[in-house]
Amino acid sequence: MNFPQDLKYTKDHEWVKIDGDIATIGITDFAQKELGDIVYVEVETVGETIEAGEVFGTVEAVKTVSDLFMPVTGEIIEFNEELEGSPEMVNEAPYEGGWMVKVKITGDLPGDLLDAASYAELVGE
Amino acid sequence: MEDQIKKIALNDLHVSLGGKMVPFAGFNMPVRYSSDNEEHLCVRNGVGVFDVSHMGEFFVEGPHALELIQKVTSNDASKLVVGQAQYSCFPNETGGIVDDLIVYKFSDEKYMLVVNASNIDKDWAWVNKYNTMGAKLTNASDEYSLFAVQGPKAIEAVQSLTPVNLTEVKFYHFTVGEFAGVKDVIISGTGYTGAGGFEIYVKNEDAEKVWKAIFEAGKDFDIKPIGLGARDTLRLEMGYCLYGNDITDTTSPIEAGLGWITKFTKDFTNSEAIKKHKEEGVSRKLVGFVMQERGIPRGHYPIVDAAGEIIGEVTSGTQSPSMGVGIGLGYVKTEFSKPGTEIFIQVRNKNLKAQVEKLPLLKG
Repeated sequence: MNFPQDLKYTKDHEWVKIDGDIATIGITDFAQKELGDIVYVEVETVGETIEAGEVFGTVEAVKTVSDLFMPVTGEIIEFNEELEGSPEMVNEAPYEGGWMVKVKITGDLPGDLLDAASYAELVGE
Repeated sequence: MEDQIKKIALNDLHVSLGGKMVPFAGFNMPVRYSSDNEEHLCVRNGVGVFDVSHMGEFFVEGPHALELIQKVTSNDASKLVVGQAQYSCFPNETGGIVDDLIVYKFSDEKYMLVVNASNIDKDWAWVNKYNTMGAKLTNASDEYSLFAVQGPKAIEAVQSLTPVNLTEVKFYHFTVGEFAGVKDVIISGTGYTGAGGFEIYVKNEDAEKVWKAIFEAGKDFDIKPIGLGARDTLRLEMGYCLYGNDITDTTSPIEAGLGWITKFTKDFTNSEAIKKHKEEGVSRKLVGFVMQERGIPRGHYPIVDAAGEIIGEVTSGTQSPSMGVGIGLGYVKTEFSKPGTEIFIQVRNKNLKAQVEKLPLLKG
């Protein structure tokens, strides 16, 4: 499974790419495989400021529905509109076209973000 | 006490095929091999094979076999001819359903009952409790494997494996014959997908041989192993009930739309009360519905009317891989059960419009 080195990860299986004070967020390759075919990504929190660990949206697979958790505290500034019509991008390219939201980071980064190696260990890779 | 998770005969084979194994009804079962959607469409448009060996098989034999079956099941098994199968249920004593099942007639004195894996112990106790007439009962659940070869290309794909003319195995009929060089295989014109095809019951010791022969024969038809995930979306498009979701110990066959398998031509468990239920009408009914707004219904989501008043609850729901929209089954107050009625499904505190539809939800 693929866990890029330049990303940080959460125990809830989100990845976050930090670029200055902007974070791009999605779910990991492990998560998309576990969930199966993603058929709907619902994010209705654009414009809201959400604490790390809180729910910012929902991802629905054919069989399951799961909450999406903020890896960092910040304001949701953009939702990946491509996912409206092509939610399968999350399966096909979880770290590229399958990104979900961009966030303007407002607080300190949480201390429990994992690096690629620690996350791989967490999911037994 | 934690129950031991059982393994089906071909557990290791499924793992080697990339099957994601999950605990289901006390068994480790393949839920998916590649993608739920791909597997679903493979069955709708081509041919796929489910290993559903977790299902339970009871044999009922002897001069009192029919008498027992008539007592415990809702459908009229006296109407069966040899080689015919029948969908039925075990009503309980309090208005609900113990399980749904298929009754197979092998001869006047030999029947097979195929029950849900999750209910094997409960069903076994149930039929034994009512066996005051002394029918011979055998629980053969741990001896049989069951493969559902489903899809419009099912017959073509495996006809070469058997001298039995598969096109002559009609819907809800079966035959016992040679298949993949194995004798006494039960070949049944049943399934749980609405895609056509058949199910084959083989002894566990022959399971691997038969499975491999099916895939060898079906190679040119792009035959694929299919997980329980796609099985659920396939059955839901047809509006087939799943025990534990849509029918339970507290849902009556009449409410569940199973009046057609509830025959008052004979006496059976709780038949007087169910008959009354039918005559007086029921206050809620199981309906199929299709979302008119984007959203995916899931079990236990509230169903509300236009004013937001609760009128029922979703029992099964998914995004239909064939239709590309949310579909589901649920109980609603009877006045909302007519096809065409507008209802709303509460999805994360939003009331999304849906329409009650006739079954099957997927129109041919």
